[in-house]
Amino acid sequence: MSETLLEVRNLSKNFGAVQALADLSMKVSAGEVVALAGDNGAGKTTLIKAISGVYKPSGGEILLRGEPVHFNSPQEAREKGIETIYQDLALADNLSIGANIFLGREPMRKAFGFIPVLDRRKMAEAAKSTMALLDFHVSRMDAPVSNFSGGQRQAVAIGRAVYWNAQLLIMDEPTAALGVPEQRKVISLIHQLKAQGRGVIFISHNLQDIFAVSDRIVVLRRGVQAGERRIADTTHDEVVRLMVGG
Amino acid sequence: MAQPQADHADVKLTLLQHIANLRAWLFLAFLIVGFELWSYLDFGGTFVFNPYNVQSIAIYAVVPLLIATGQTYVIISGGIDLSMGFIMGLAAVVAAHVINWAGPIMGLPMAVLLGLLVSVLVAGIPGLVNGLLISRLRVPPFIGTLGMFGVARGVAFLLAGGTTVPVKNEFFSALGNGKLWNIPYIVIIAAVFVLLMNYLLSQTRFGQHNYAIGANEQAARRAGIDIRGHILKLYILSGMCAGLAGFIYAARFSAGAAQAGEPLLLDSVAAVVIGGASLFGGSGTILGTVAGALVIAVIQYGLVFINVKPFWQFISVGVVIIISVLIDQAQRQFGGGRQSE
Repeated sequence: MSETLLEVRNLSKNFGAVQALADLSMKVSAGEVVALAGDNGAGKTTLIKAISGVYKPSGGEILLRGEPVHFNSPQEAREKGIETIYQDLALADNLSIGANIFLGREPMRKAFGFIPVLDRRKMAEAAKSTMALLDFHVSRMDAPVSNFSGGQRQAVAIGRAVYWNAQLLIMDEPTAALGVPEQRKVISLIHQLKAQGRGVIFISHNLQDIFAVSDRIVVLRRGVQAGERRIADTTHDEVVRLMVGG
Repeated sequence: MAQPQADHADVKLTLLQHIANLRAWLFLAFLIVGFELWSYLDFGGTFVFNPYNVQSIAIYAVVPLLIATGQTYVIISGGIDLSMGFIMGLAAVVAAHVINWAGPIMGLPMAVLLGLLVSVLVAGIPGLVNGLLISRLRVPPFIGTLGMFGVARGVAFLLAGGTTVPVKNEFFSALGNGKLWNIPYIVIIAAVFVLLMNYLLSQTRFGQHNYAIGANEQAARRAGIDIRGHILKLYILSGMCAGLAGFIYAARFSAGAAQAGEPLLLDSVAAVVIGGASLFGGSGTILGTVAGALVIAVIQYGLVFINVKPFWQFISVGVVIIISVLIDQAQRQFGGGRQSE
């Protein structure tokens, strides 16, 4: 078993009187894909928001490589290598791949030795090599990302996380808005992240995707853990039973 | 395990996208050819080969263009600044008063410099208020700047005492009407300013973040961009552009008038839209806006030149705006843009 990347111990979160998450524990190792499954309102989103620094947990601990961490903002989580890829992708459609990867952290250079200008070549080159890691080859690096398909844009969002050296990627329904070939593309991207030794938490409603890509599955129901299975040892039916209860 | 397959994404601009990107320059060429033909057929003269015409159009375009450059930034960010016209009037009145007051004290050139500084800084104040309203209090830009439209208008008229404020300063009127190698000073000033604004928009983080905020504010926020700070600076910038426009206006006419910018506000929005920006935010360029401002100036000057009733100006500018937006829509729909996926 490889190194434990993330460990969540007895995490709970309540919003006023509503207990969204109770006493939940889970682990993600390097090079492992863990699926989170559960009905709407089961607490999946609350859990990932607690891990990624959006919410402060009401109780319990989050450990990154064995060290307890307390994030006050998503930026702090990102600096520690936890990157969340949202369903709506968080890309600026009118900008190029490179500009999206560097959004908010653009590199500058000096033109004629004294005028600061955006270093577009550096952005394009970094984008090209990063996207090549994901087996995604583009000839025109200046094209805005609106020109690409949904799966390709998902790859850009993942590429940004990879470039900034994210060790744990949290993906919220990455295949939900995509057609079947595009879903396959994203699944293969996740396989590559895993092969690079990164940890992935993968939220999906689609059991087929979960079974295609995950090592383990954690099922939530009404804020508590309903079960945890190795994918190799379980079936669709069992997972559905865990999700709906009974 | 699924075998990752290589993905070769190739992007080609369609013909429609090329046309859409260059539409303002195409309009401009089309108009110039049209007026040239008309003047030749009507009275055997020339339109564009007459240096006086070219110079007049350039002078005519300067003040609307200065407003439109600021408006370009705001529209790219997904906002709009309706107060620019009266901020310009306010700045023109302030410049007139300051230059008249300071002339006897510090000499004519220094008084003009002081007038420039004070009018641009004063113009930044309504911009600051706009920015605070929009970024901190989440007032929609249309409403916030509409309120400031009224406030700036009232203050400008109060300061002007309800009339036009004449300026007595030879240095100032020489600045507004003089020439260097046959190029009017104000055209040179506008050209330098436009180049600076083009640099700021296309080559700096500020410009890059402006495009990102206009396309997807949430994405920009998640990327760690300080949206509130950006919006604040943005509206101060547009206010100051209107301030410079007011100063130049006062120099050109040796007078400050509160209502000077009233018709220029919508012209500036029109110039930005004709120049290729989308009112939904996220697209547009300064060079496009230059072409847009020239299109409007050529229509307005050209129709007078060929002796058509001036009311046709409104109709033609209106038609050009509508055609321009239709091209933009067509490009979105057919041109490979996948905005609505």
